[in-house]
Amino acid sequence: MIDKADQIFVLLQHWLISFLPLALQQPAAVVIGVIGIISVFPAIFALTTVFERKGLGRIQNRLGPNRVGPFGFMQPLADAIKSLTKEDVVPSSANGPVHFLAPVGLVVAVFMGFAVLPVGRNMVLVDMDAGLLFFFAMGASTEVSVFMAGWSSRNKYSLLGAMRAVAQMISYEVVLLLSSVAVVMITGSLSLTKIVEAQNHYTGIFPHWYIFTPWGLAGFLMYAIAATAETNRSPFDLPEGESELVAGYHTEYSGFKFALFFLGEYLAMLSISGLGTTLFLGGWSAPFSFLTFIPSWFWFFSKLMLSIFVFIWMRGTLPRLRQDQLMNFAWKFVLPFTLLDLFVTALWRFMGEGILRWIVCSAILLAAYFVMGRVAMVRKHFGPRSYRYAE
Amino acid sequence: MLGEGILKGMAETAKNFAGSFVSKERLTTVEYPEERIAPAENARVFPFLVYDSENWEKGLRCVACQICEKECPPKCIYIDKSKDKKPDYVGKQQFYPTRFDIDISVCMSCQICVEVCPFEAIKMDTQFELATDDRFGGLLLDREQLAKSNEYYHEIHPTEAAEVDARLAEEKAKVEAKAKAAEAAAAKAAADTAAKTAAPASPTQAKPEGGQD
Repeated sequence: MIDKADQIFVLLQHWLISFLPLALQQPAAVVIGVIGIISVFPAIFALTTVFERKGLGRIQNRLGPNRVGPFGFMQPLADAIKSLTKEDVVPSSANGPVHFLAPVGLVVAVFMGFAVLPVGRNMVLVDMDAGLLFFFAMGASTEVSVFMAGWSSRNKYSLLGAMRAVAQMISYEVVLLLSSVAVVMITGSLSLTKIVEAQNHYTGIFPHWYIFTPWGLAGFLMYAIAATAETNRSPFDLPEGESELVAGYHTEYSGFKFALFFLGEYLAMLSISGLGTTLFLGGWSAPFSFLTFIPSWFWFFSKLMLSIFVFIWMRGTLPRLRQDQLMNFAWKFVLPFTLLDLFVTALWRFMGEGILRWIVCSAILLAAYFVMGRVAMVRKHFGPRSYRYAE
Repeated sequence: MLGEGILKGMAETAKNFAGSFVSKERLTTVEYPEERIAPAENARVFPFLVYDSENWEKGLRCVACQICEKECPPKCIYIDKSKDKKPDYVGKQQFYPTRFDIDISVCMSCQICVEVCPFEAIKMDTQFELATDDRFGGLLLDREQLAKSNEYYHEIHPTEAAEVDARLAEEKAKVEAKAKAAEAAAAKAAADTAAKTAAPASPTQAKPEGGQD
């Protein structure tokens, strides 16, 4: 019974393809999987937009949307109808085909990332040996779409936004990759299913998730920072900083194309949260050994929603960085710390079992954190602001 | 320590998030069409015309002096003066506006018309839900739409309306006293002319009381 609940979607897929001739079963299984992905994740996206608006409202002591449907949960439907019926304006001097392809390319690339994410036990569309690599390759190709959008619009704001976006995404892509390399070093595999399997053990009631190790925690924090920047979420939302760039690279998009950008952005957030969950939070494994009776996909999606909540929480709290602060933060703090984390991971790998490696690894990381924080704080003068000519 | 400020900020927003579900004080939102706050006493939106008694057409205080029309900075008031006269609130024969239109799409709510009106005839309204699907005719309010009773004025600006009423009553009393004095003087003059033959009149006694203009 428990197994049935856990495998319900897999069984459903098998039952559906059993009606088809043998030769068609394999492709049909893939098609059903794809349909699952392209229906479930946009549904989560729709829910996320409501939760985000309501959550941000609550953070600012407002109510948030509550008019459309019960508690405002039909809001995404209204938004979808609005964006579908709006006029699709293309600037006369824009490069038409590229302008059209940019949002499509973005959404396609983002959807491809979901193909390798294990959303439950046996629930992965393509169990690739180099799944992680595939995911990052797809993630990186979103940058092309962003730049296509910015450049083809023939708009200064769009171009500036796109340039910012590319600079930011490439800077943080490095960190994103390096922080996941730590996991690969420990697991010895690029396959995301193997990475989850490696974390799906328990000592007593506690799981062996990588976040519960010193290097894993540090790696997770760096991954989270890089993921936030990679998805252009606040406080790293410079590419679409509305106060200076109107809307950044999608300034010249309206109607459904804009909706596609919006969708792509949130799907990227979902997929990168899903990868973070897989790498550091044990993927679909239960948080305690006595909770394993609850279906694995439930755990994956709850962890996903939890990370989405943290994204929203951060957006409600932190102000936007300046461009130089963003770059300094990436190259002077996050990247060195990630490299150090790689070293610590290697140490952890070769020091063998025991309490000693816990002490040594934690000490190195904490010391580095304090020193880097101290250095960063001392260099900048965080005092009352002084003016040269005023007063 | 690095990151301390971020954690503090996150704690603050978390407090807001959780607090808005429990404490009513935090959540100050008034859900407008269903719930509403009564407008402040000094609130002002667009002008209206005050009328006394039951009939708005007869009771309009406006005497079509056209001062407001001339003073209005955006020139949104249109007045046509009547040919005939009708008695005003003190009973004096006055002109009245045959047309008094205010284009509220032009009006900037400056209240200058209210300040210049010598007859307390035009006041500021607090009615703000004036949306209409006809942006020309619908926003050009005519006499009938603008006329609001003095009771309504008392309702929306009680303090101001009481002051205005006191002032008007005082004025009316003065006018009445003057009329009475004039009557008395006329009667006296008549008596005097009658008595002239008998005795000479004293000019100091004939002066009417409170007769200023």
